[in-house]
Amino acid sequence: MLGSIISSSGYGFFQNSPSRSSLGWIQNEGKAMYRHVSRLLNRASAAAAGVRSPASSCSRSASRVLSTDVTAAPALDSTFLETWKKVAPTIDPPTTPLTFMKPRPAVPSTIPTKLTVNFVLPYQSEISNKEVDMVIIPATTGQMGVLPGHVATIAELKPGVMSVHEGNDVTKYFVSSGFAFIHANSYADIVAVEAVPLDQIDPSLVQKGLADFTQKLGSAVSDLEKAEAQIGVDVHSALNSALTG
Amino acid sequence: MAMAALRREGRRFLLPTASSAPTIAARSAISNEESCLFGVRSISTQIVRNRMKSVKNIQKITKAMKMVAASKLRGVQIRTEASRGVWQPFIALLGDSPSIDVKKNVIVTVSSDKGLCGGINSTSVKVSKALFKVYSGPEKEPKYVILGEKGKAQLVRDSKDHIMLSVSELQKNPVNYTQVSVLADDILKNVEFDALRVVYNKFRSIVLFIPTVSTILSPETIEKESEAGGSLGDLDLYEIEGGETKSEVLQNLTEFQFSCVMFNAVLENACSELGARMSAMDSSSRNAGEMLDRLTLAYNRTRQASITTELIEIISGASALEG
Repeated sequence: MLGSIISSSGYGFFQNSPSRSSLGWIQNEGKAMYRHVSRLLNRASAAAAGVRSPASSCSRSASRVLSTDVTAAPALDSTFLETWKKVAPTIDPPTTPLTFMKPRPAVPSTIPTKLTVNFVLPYQSEISNKEVDMVIIPATTGQMGVLPGHVATIAELKPGVMSVHEGNDVTKYFVSSGFAFIHANSYADIVAVEAVPLDQIDPSLVQKGLADFTQKLGSAVSDLEKAEAQIGVDVHSALNSALTG
Repeated sequence: MAMAALRREGRRFLLPTASSAPTIAARSAISNEESCLFGVRSISTQIVRNRMKSVKNIQKITKAMKMVAASKLRGVQIRTEASRGVWQPFIALLGDSPSIDVKKNVIVTVSSDKGLCGGINSTSVKVSKALFKVYSGPEKEPKYVILGEKGKAQLVRDSKDHIMLSVSELQKNPVNYTQVSVLADDILKNVEFDALRVVYNKFRSIVLFIPTVSTILSPETIEKESEAGGSLGDLDLYEIEGGETKSEVLQNLTEFQFSCVMFNAVLENACSELGARMSAMDSSSRNAGEMLDRLTLAYNRTRQASITTELIEIISGASALEG
């Protein structure tokens, strides 16, 4: 038994790009969540682009916070703790993610001068707690500019270019879909599935992909194929306009 | 032991020493009896040597397992810490609500497929069972979704009827977000829920794993709670961009939140599993080393005792011939 454990444990190397072969079917037909856009995005970007060096991820939002930090809603937690103690007094109650997060500041009375941006991907926190002047995000209703003091918003994102403006620096990323939350205290959280800086995208692959998917859209039969092809066309035309525009 | 041997030899001198053959036979008969009567000396060195060989093998195997776990842990730990940012925006928006009362709770327990990893799977299962009790009531009964063979083995024993879905071989290929989001999709499709509670072990360090429960509410629950006020009351103040209706956006939001939280939970649990396996294998190889030391001492004692016995027989035989 032990021998088999050793022989089977010889695998498992660090793999950064999402697996492409296991998604023969996609069940997101009618949904606007372009979850497998990330797959198409990785195909279009250059080979080396997919590898982010994990050492450079400044995940300051990673938890080194003690659980003695004040939580946002202590009242709720105590009800949970009481019910827990009644039911299972001998077992320690589990912690909740709120204890591992830095609490957010309250809404200030005057509009702050800078916007604090958190831009996170499943594989790393691209930007964490950076103070910038403005971000432009590709919401489904169009490009949306966010300045400090913006009204609280939940925005769904479509594939497009996101740019972060800090003084005279502009950093542009092409994001696959995701969500953006803008809070009343001038904190902006952007969660995306995949994002690449624009210079790492290969234009010839984009053109080829666009041609491929337009052809597939023409010859698609079932709803699923049509939806897949449509998503491919959307992503590649967004990539195209991102590179040219 | 040498003194006892001499005393025994003394007794033997009293026997008649007529001719050599019967005395030799008698001597060997007596020494056989003696070896049956007295404990350690009767274990032949062969048996001890066999035990030593098998304990040494065990030590090598557990050391190798520890090295493998340590090398895998390095890679997974980097990815886990990088993924820790991904659930924070959702908590910042929706808050953390382990005690929001809903009818249909689904407890998603994340456990490992392989064993020999210390107590983390038992801890997860204990916490899940306690959560089950917390959320059961007159009309509501929680259900389980189990990831990983070890959790399934433990929960099937007494909660077989409440298990809705179980997934295994999650760690066969290195975990990536696409795989987890497909899994999350599957779960969301097959399971009706008002609240999902994901139970996993959060990785703090190689020796410290903290059982954690993350809550994801269904879109209808979110709407209900935001209207009722309380922790989600501020949600109404948020403008919704994109999508036709608020409920559509909330639906996408919960699905996205679930896949992000699952991704982080699976990575954290994998990290905890490797860390626990490392420390379990480490203590096991240390134990094997100690056992080996004890066996070596016993082996040497046995060997020396048999040499001493032989010497005494020879010497006493020689002195019997002289005297």
